[in-house]
Amino acid sequence: MLGLRPERLALDDFKTQPISICGKPFVADQSGALYWPPERTLIVADLHLEKGSAHASRGLMLPPYDTRQTLLRLAQVIDRLEADTVIALGDSLHDTKAAERISAEDLEILRIIQQDRRWVWVTGNHDPVIGDCFGGERTEEIALAGIALRHEPRLGRITHEIAGHLHPAARISIYGTSLRRPCFLGNGLRLILPAFGAFTGGLNVLDDAFLPLFDDDGLAVWMLGEEGLYPIAARLLRRD
Amino acid sequence: MSRKRPRARSAAEAAGAEALLPDRFARWFAARGWSLRPHQRALLERARERRSTLLIAPTGAGKTLAGFLPSLVDLTAGERSQRGAGLHTLYISPLKALAVDVARNLIAPVEEMQLPVRIETRTADTSVGKRQRQRLRPPDLLLTTPEQLALLLSHADAAYLFADLRMVILDELHALVASKRGDLLALDLARLGTIARDAVRIGLSATVARPSELRAFLQPQCEPRRVIRLADLVVTGGGARPDIRLLESASPLPWAGHTARHAVPEIYAAVRAHRLSLLFVNTRMQAELLFQELWRINDDNLPIALHHGSLDATQRRKVEAAMAAGRLRAVVATSTLDLGIDWGDVDLVVNVGAPKGASRLIQRIGRANHRLDEPSKALLVPSNRFEVLECRAALDAAEAGVQDVVLTRTGALDVLAQHVMGMAAAGPFRPDDLFAEVTSAQPYDRLSRRDFDRVVDFVATGGYALRSYERFARLRPTGDGRLRLAHPRLAQQYRMNAGTIVDAPMLRVRLVGRKGIPAPGRPAALAGGRVLGEIDEGFVAELAIGDTFVFGGEIVRFEGLRETDAFVSRAWDNDPKIPSYPGGKFPLSTHLASRVRSMLADPRVWSSLPQPVAEWLELQQHRSAIPAADEVLVETFPHGQRHHLVIYSFEGRLAHQTLGMLLTRRLERARARPLGFVANDYGLAVWTAADLSQMIAGGALALGRLFDEDMLGDDLEAWLAGSSLMKRTFRVCAIIAGLIERRHPGREKSGRQLTVSSDLVYDVLRRHDPGHVLLEAAWADAASGLLDIARLGDFLRRTKGRIRHQPLAGASPLSVPILLEIGWEPVHGAAREGLLRDAAEALIAEAVGEKT
Repeated sequence: MLGLRPERLALDDFKTQPISICGKPFVADQSGALYWPPERTLIVADLHLEKGSAHASRGLMLPPYDTRQTLLRLAQVIDRLEADTVIALGDSLHDTKAAERISAEDLEILRIIQQDRRWVWVTGNHDPVIGDCFGGERTEEIALAGIALRHEPRLGRITHEIAGHLHPAARISIYGTSLRRPCFLGNGLRLILPAFGAFTGGLNVLDDAFLPLFDDDGLAVWMLGEEGLYPIAARLLRRD
Repeated sequence: MSRKRPRARSAAEAAGAEALLPDRFARWFAARGWSLRPHQRALLERARERRSTLLIAPTGAGKTLAGFLPSLVDLTAGERSQRGAGLHTLYISPLKALAVDVARNLIAPVEEMQLPVRIETRTADTSVGKRQRQRLRPPDLLLTTPEQLALLLSHADAAYLFADLRMVILDELHALVASKRGDLLALDLARLGTIARDAVRIGLSATVARPSELRAFLQPQCEPRRVIRLADLVVTGGGARPDIRLLESASPLPWAGHTARHAVPEIYAAVRAHRLSLLFVNTRMQAELLFQELWRINDDNLPIALHHGSLDATQRRKVEAAMAAGRLRAVVATSTLDLGIDWGDVDLVVNVGAPKGASRLIQRIGRANHRLDEPSKALLVPSNRFEVLECRAALDAAEAGVQDVVLTRTGALDVLAQHVMGMAAAGPFRPDDLFAEVTSAQPYDRLSRRDFDRVVDFVATGGYALRSYERFARLRPTGDGRLRLAHPRLAQQYRMNAGTIVDAPMLRVRLVGRKGIPAPGRPAALAGGRVLGEIDEGFVAELAIGDTFVFGGEIVRFEGLRETDAFVSRAWDNDPKIPSYPGGKFPLSTHLASRVRSMLADPRVWSSLPQPVAEWLELQQHRSAIPAADEVLVETFPHGQRHHLVIYSFEGRLAHQTLGMLLTRRLERARARPLGFVANDYGLAVWTAADLSQMIAGGALALGRLFDEDMLGDDLEAWLAGSSLMKRTFRVCAIIAGLIERRHPGREKSGRQLTVSSDLVYDVLRRHDPGHVLLEAAWADAASGLLDIARLGDFLRRTKGRIRHQPLAGASPLSVPILLEIGWEPVHGAAREGLLRDAAEALIAEAVGEKT
């Protein structure tokens, strides 16, 4: 049902979860990042850097700390997993003017994180163009272990794909308490990553937007907690 | 401002009273056999002397007419010279329905006397065209709400519109102040004071504990701050004493619960014996249940209706009209009918459940019988044993005429931020001038210049320590020391988000259409259908499809959600699966709590209580102990598989919930292994895995240390970090202050992943900018609101060294109602993580073939 063998789950350690995509054993991290151990490659989606300042430029003075928070969280997971390559799966910048607004300090933090490793920006609908000041390489799509990595998931029941864009989130209701968290969403053949950015909201996985992507059965959800990543049964899922 | 004086006045001044009333008024009064009442006369005199005045009068005393008489007389006096648009009197009511009702009642005398006075209302329902016209050509008397006033003042033409203002009437003032709404109103009055310096303010209020609080609210404050300036006061006598009885039901009195199901036959009998009864309950759920129970035994088919805030507005209007027309025998209502609208000839008020406060009860009883000379008749129906004590205390307080509501508060900073934006939308301002204006409003009279500047800075750039938004500033200097709005679009943004009422997100409840009724085993088609009303999003989030609950007076089955609609179908079950919200929405007032404590401590008064209650207390005295009035009783005993600690603190549900959270943290540190707790208005029960009696006897746990006041320090801080209560409080502040936008119906669809949730903002702010002004505002709210920290602090100080510990072999009689309370809270902040873990483990168990 899940594309994973339950006995491989160690109950005392929910930090990471194995997620297989078309038979390839990826590792999902509680931070919301996906890891491919053979090539020490880390994949994160939808950083939405400078989202706070984008709102501020329109008159809503959201706190200006989201870029800093996102980059520091990213630095932590890169260090912890010792990634040699980082792939940012699109919408890394909240808009094309992010380069004008990002602070020199935050750019410096990004430069430090990028040192001594390969860095790939996959472009997305929010960031079709990524300025030179952000370093790294740019591409619209990249392949890893025979799996296509792109920002927007292709419509239809396709396979061999890892994408972002939709910001999946799940709501469950248990013991009379309801809980809504970002999540990984997959069916063993394709996977959608949760948004990694500090100010990114989520779209309920039961929303119609997900209908064209998956068959009804075989859907699997892993919810992000404070201390771990938790596989959740489909029957527990609730609409908003 | 030059104005012609009423002709009769100077000539006949010595003649006294009659001079106050021009001929046609005097004739109109005489034709009805009325004479000017003393308080009406007093108000006319005060207004003539241009003195702001508070009128305190019970319902039925002709308060509203008294408030308008000075305006009507002034308007009839002759020609007026105009500097502005000509608006003479502004009337502000807490409810738009009340404004409409008052306008209706005012039009009759105005027409009968043929006064040349134009009266109009302005509410959120007024058409856009009419609202625009009102700003250019206003009526003489405009009746509106605080929110509409704020919007009017945010336009550049406000100075023109209000230039001729002579009178501001604030109705039901006691209900307007002491909230964020009152803060906003105070700020708007301050601005009106700048525009129309000599406008007189008239406050109309029900009886309050301390009239000086309202008098200070009415009067502009100024230097020196040591002196509080007060408006004049006119008080009129209380009429006949109310006739209040405590219902003694023939059925056994329940130990716990809030439904009063046992007393429904007696309530029904009381309804039958009266012309029109108002049945007040504390929550919407209780209203639904009582309505349901009454109809179950309504063999006479008495017209009994239901009225609460969740019901569709047209449904409520129908009930109100039927009431006014005398077509109903009883209405089950929540606080939606608390305020002064006169819906009919009510001759009995029944208060079901706990009254929660003496003022509240008096206000509700005042709904019955609007003839001053006859006593209002009321029946109190306690729904459990503790509520008997509370009802008795409230009854004693009401008969002694004691009020217990505190109406003074410190103005909220988020409201100030909204106001600063509104004033900027009206035009450029000089910060020094605005500061002087703002601090003339009583709730803000102690605002420091530093805090004011922080709020202005917040409005301009967000006020962050990392000053990166200067180039996006919403306020910019004009070069002559003033600040102006950076873009007209921001004024539009302000108007879309103005107001201080931030409701929990609501969903429409729709009945699935005939076609949508599901065949057995098939899901319902979620489309079409009549709207029954609105319901809290949080409640729906807990429902599973197929769950039944009571709504709009019937039992319905939850069929599913589509966008902002919750679809239901009619269910034929007898008992809804989801029973009710526990308790009342308002915590027990401090005054009633102290009455209950002293009643408990004095066995001589027990005999005046219903027999089961007296026996219950005697049993408690025998089995455990009855605390003295200045003591607090703590019992520890084993019960079931666990150990319990019960404290009878009588400080209200909110303070007890906070105490429960903090206590369990401490018990955890003391290795008492707390498992959960439950709180109600009267006390708190914590259960633990460790034997508390033994720990206390052996010195491993000291109650004095456990209840030390220092729990309000670090423990509170640490707990608040992840508290959902704090996040909810912050959300309200963030919306009021304009940091995040309100959700407007129909706009939610525009991509939920793009909206920034206030929870994320809260987390980021706490971490990177802990001194931010909005966090401070949220903290101040939490302390006085949802967490009631101030009250908890008073309690801990008061009971220091006065804890009486009673170890027992089992549950005591007094503890039973608390232990039976529903809605217990699980322990520790890690609890939520535990939920995810349990959900995951359930999946694994399922996957490996175990039964869950």
